[in-house]
Amino acid sequence: MIEINSAVEKLREKFQASILEVKTFRGEITVTVMKRDIYEICKFLHSDPDLQYHFLTDLCGVDFFPQTPRFEVVYLLYSFKINHRLRVKIRVEEGESVLSVESIWKAANWLEREAYDLFGISFENHPDLRRILLWDGYEGHPLRKDFPVEGPDFDKPFIPEV
Amino acid sequence: MAETQLMTINMGPQHPATHGVLRLVLELDGEIIVKAIPHIGHLHRGVEKLAEAKTYHQVIPLTDRLDYTNAMGNNLAYVLAVEKLLGIEVPKRAQYLRVMMAELQRIAAHLIWLGTHVLDIGATTPIFYTFREREDVLRIFEEVAGGRLTPTYLRIGGVAKDLPDGITEKIRTFIQNFPEHVKEYETLLTQNVIWLKRTKEVGIISKDNAINWGVTGPTLRGSGVKWDVRKAFPYSSYEEFDFDIPIGSVGDVYDRYYVRLREMEWSNAIVKQALERLPKEPILTDDPRVVLPNKEMVLSDIASLIHQFKIVSEGFTAPEGEVYASVEAAKGELGFYIVSDGSNHPFRLRIRPPSFLNLGALPKMIEGSLIADVVSTIGSIDIVLGEIDR
Repeated sequence: MIEINSAVEKLREKFQASILEVKTFRGEITVTVMKRDIYEICKFLHSDPDLQYHFLTDLCGVDFFPQTPRFEVVYLLYSFKINHRLRVKIRVEEGESVLSVESIWKAANWLEREAYDLFGISFENHPDLRRILLWDGYEGHPLRKDFPVEGPDFDKPFIPEV
Repeated sequence: MAETQLMTINMGPQHPATHGVLRLVLELDGEIIVKAIPHIGHLHRGVEKLAEAKTYHQVIPLTDRLDYTNAMGNNLAYVLAVEKLLGIEVPKRAQYLRVMMAELQRIAAHLIWLGTHVLDIGATTPIFYTFREREDVLRIFEEVAGGRLTPTYLRIGGVAKDLPDGITEKIRTFIQNFPEHVKEYETLLTQNVIWLKRTKEVGIISKDNAINWGVTGPTLRGSGVKWDVRKAFPYSSYEEFDFDIPIGSVGDVYDRYYVRLREMEWSNAIVKQALERLPKEPILTDDPRVVLPNKEMVLSDIASLIHQFKIVSEGFTAPEGEVYASVEAAKGELGFYIVSDGSNHPFRLRIRPPSFLNLGALPKMIEGSLIADVVSTIGSIDIVLGEIDR
């Protein structure tokens, strides 16, 4: 547990004003931080010699419609050095963009594209922000809560002109 | 003076060497790849969205269909996440059965990979050998779970049913013979000059790059990182088993091949240990929230009947919160991140697919190499599009 505290402790020290909430559930630590500082915080967690969160396990969006701020972007980091997972979260309003962490972890390239594709969260400074699972020109973002499970065109089958 | 121009060619989505519906757009300078752009999503079924409209139990069959060569491992990752969310302890026998099935499945998944990978490169024989052993594993699954490709054997809190009579003998025969079979594959490949020429120093990814690109599984270990979820975060009693993590050194196609072969041997050893030490305990937890009541009680007691009806129709509610649980699947770290709002279905189910991130590193591996090496590199990272596209 010592290392676990040290990660949160260091963040508290360095980014005092930016930490909104620290939660522990089933042994997993979740730190919610301000959106504007996410790049700096990720950079710090990646480069700090005692922490070395060198591995971005996952990055995904969550939609809390109709709450505001509507979205959360969740970063799951892993450190080989201290064998620890840390979850960092930011809250994002619809239409806002998030600073990309692609320059820190290349893994974020596709993960951010996926969040953009399925939630419509856009990432600044991303080198290649395109849809990834759905095709270019698709309308809507399927993992949003106001997107019907069966799809918006369920009863309007597409019949190509011959 | 002659003008040179890059040529763009399209590979896939209907190409036998892309292991599914993967499309690559390659920009070539002669035979050298300058740029590779993967296009995915042809198999997108919206599993994450579907799961939000289903009860926790109903999601289990969906997970079978992610990486369809590794169904038991997918089941395991999902039920571990739900059990963590609910705080359920699983009986030892169920944990051992899960380990046994997950490792048999890993062998089967690696056998598919081996057969198809070498077939891509041009060796036709090994696939007949590997599918012979894979068939043995699938027959075991059929007897144990009733299904071969999509067994849906695991349940929240345990497994669906205990081992049928006579199956332990079949598993024992399999694990006794399997090391010999691995030797057979090796006589065909490991020292084969053509195989070495096609795989050594091909599709290299360095240790640091592999970590930075989020690569996991045998692909990461091929680059020399000794990391495995089974050791780093032991789940389902893996800490009680004796096994090693094989690693490569260069991070080329050959190293990934070598790592997977050694992994199959270790999986075989784990199955053996699980079978020898299989505890005698129930196969399901007694937590009434998730487990169906005894059938005889259902037929004679109204309270049990109502209980059964409630679990089947509306499922169970989970506490509010968020959990992440992951397993070492055949392709890498497969994780499930569940956000619960306290209702009977996941508010958000995020799947962390290993193949997705491994494929993301493919351009890094093939840019600057020959076009003929693309096929062997794709084969070596062992992708399954069902999982990438979800």
